[in-house]
Amino acid sequence: MSKDNKNQEGDYRIKIGNREALIGVGLLLFNFVWWFAFAYGLGSKDPSQYSYVFGFPSWFFYSCVLGVIVMSILVFIIVKGFFKDIPFEDEELKNK
Amino acid sequence: MNWQATITLFGTVILIFLVGLFASRQKKSSESFLQDYYLGGRSLGGFVLAMTMTATYGSASSFIGGPGVAYNDGLGWVLLSVTQVATGYFTLMILGKRFAIITRQYKAITIVDFLKERYQSKWVVLLSAFSIVVFLFSTMAAQWIGGGRLIESLTGLPYTSALFIFVLTVLVYVTFGGFRAVTLTDAVQGIIMLVGTLILLIAVVWAGGGISNIIQDLRMENPNLITPFGANGTLTPTYVSSYWILVGVGVVALPQIAVRAMSYKNTKSLHRALIIGTIVVGFIMLNMHLIGVFARSILPGIEIGDTVMPLIALEVLPPWLAGIVLAAPLAAIMSTVDSLLLLVSSTIVKDVYINYIKPDAPRKNVQRLSMGVTGILGIVVFLMAINPPDLIIWMNLFAIGGLEAAFMWPIIMGLYWKKGNKYGAIASMVVGIASYVLFQTFNPDPLGMHTVVTSLFLSFIAYIGFSLMYGKERLSL
Repeated sequence: MSKDNKNQEGDYRIKIGNREALIGVGLLLFNFVWWFAFAYGLGSKDPSQYSYVFGFPSWFFYSCVLGVIVMSILVFIIVKGFFKDIPFEDEELKNK
Repeated sequence: MNWQATITLFGTVILIFLVGLFASRQKKSSESFLQDYYLGGRSLGGFVLAMTMTATYGSASSFIGGPGVAYNDGLGWVLLSVTQVATGYFTLMILGKRFAIITRQYKAITIVDFLKERYQSKWVVLLSAFSIVVFLFSTMAAQWIGGGRLIESLTGLPYTSALFIFVLTVLVYVTFGGFRAVTLTDAVQGIIMLVGTLILLIAVVWAGGGISNIIQDLRMENPNLITPFGANGTLTPTYVSSYWILVGVGVVALPQIAVRAMSYKNTKSLHRALIIGTIVVGFIMLNMHLIGVFARSILPGIEIGDTVMPLIALEVLPPWLAGIVLAAPLAAIMSTVDSLLLLVSSTIVKDVYINYIKPDAPRKNVQRLSMGVTGILGIVVFLMAINPPDLIIWMNLFAIGGLEAAFMWPIIMGLYWKKGNKYGAIASMVVGIASYVLFQTFNPDPLGMHTVVTSLFLSFIAYIGFSLMYGKERLSL
């Protein structure tokens, strides 16, 4: 690896990469909390006390069905809104 | 033997096969055979990338084994399975752009390439190659058994013949097509999986008289089936949560997945793949396992979990449609197998043979060797799969955990932590693999969590400890 090659990417591409990896971790934590809170918050009762949404026990509907939908929407919004396009090849970088 | 189902099943499989052949014809001979054969020339678009990751990851255990366990354990197992929605976005975000940039600089084609350039150590390479060959062999055998069983239960052919048909199909197009063929067929298979899941779900809900009916039916039979805790109340929150590590986070470190994170064309493809992948993985994982649970109210009393999917499909669908829908799991298994086959062969040919045995091998020889090794590997796994054990899913999860314990920190820390060095990587791999195998053998699931959690914790400490201890050594990046 040549030195200036490293410096070039050091200023902005690496930063974007780091930021997006952190967003990934954040999304995962959010996903986990949502999943856990609904599943065990609503699901720990006796099954005779369950309420139902669209036929599913409510814990399952919110944690799993809605959870998957919410995550898909969140990923869509975050990728569209916050992820940046960067060039990968060094030649592309020089042409910029 | 169900003729209609058999014909449509194989019709669909042959269609996939033709796509593979077509793709291999398309393959132009670029300057690097290896880059093309193993990586498709880093040219994957977003849709193909998302589908190839889904198809590689969604395997026999999510389509055959998983729904079978869900059939027995109820909604609690579906809860556990949806942790996999994280794989849809987490892997690509974490490895993401830094991985794409750096593997291009290194001209890395495989995960082992990346580790070799990053750590400049023969031992890292040999350890990696060793873990890939050992753990992926058992994953592959598990998949082939799944494929054989599926064809067996649908056609009524004896297991060995069923397995033979399956293996032959896979071998031909992997051997001749390479990565581009595999990823293209993956895209077709991903679509079949998606549509098949949807059709089967609707048919099952219809046959059961609506979701509400089915759930109440299950509650009548055993109220635990509709709790998060499994049929016998054995799925504790700690245990189920630890699957976030095994099948959510840890998937980052699976070589067959990570290699796909270096094969896309540009950031636009990456962004599309993130969105499509999350939706597709979430949809398939949720619904496939849900189908397994619902099947219990329609067809109670199935003894062998692995036969739930074929049986329910034949029950609720017209036979010709059941054949097409069952091509989905078969497609999933095939695409997992062919990627694994390719990965093991690239490990042997590229990472060991070219690196350490004959660096100046001419292109012609490499080409012949790659195809030869891929073919021989296929035959060896076939021989292993002739006498199958009973529990596919646990075999698969064992191998996944082992790979994660070996590769997690060398990949992630190698990417994000400058001070990480070869001593850390070697220590982390040794500690990860050894602790994983020892715990699995003598004290599985310590502290109520899947064994991989403990191993990842220990190998993390080893990585940091050894990297810092020998930090003064100059590392050549």
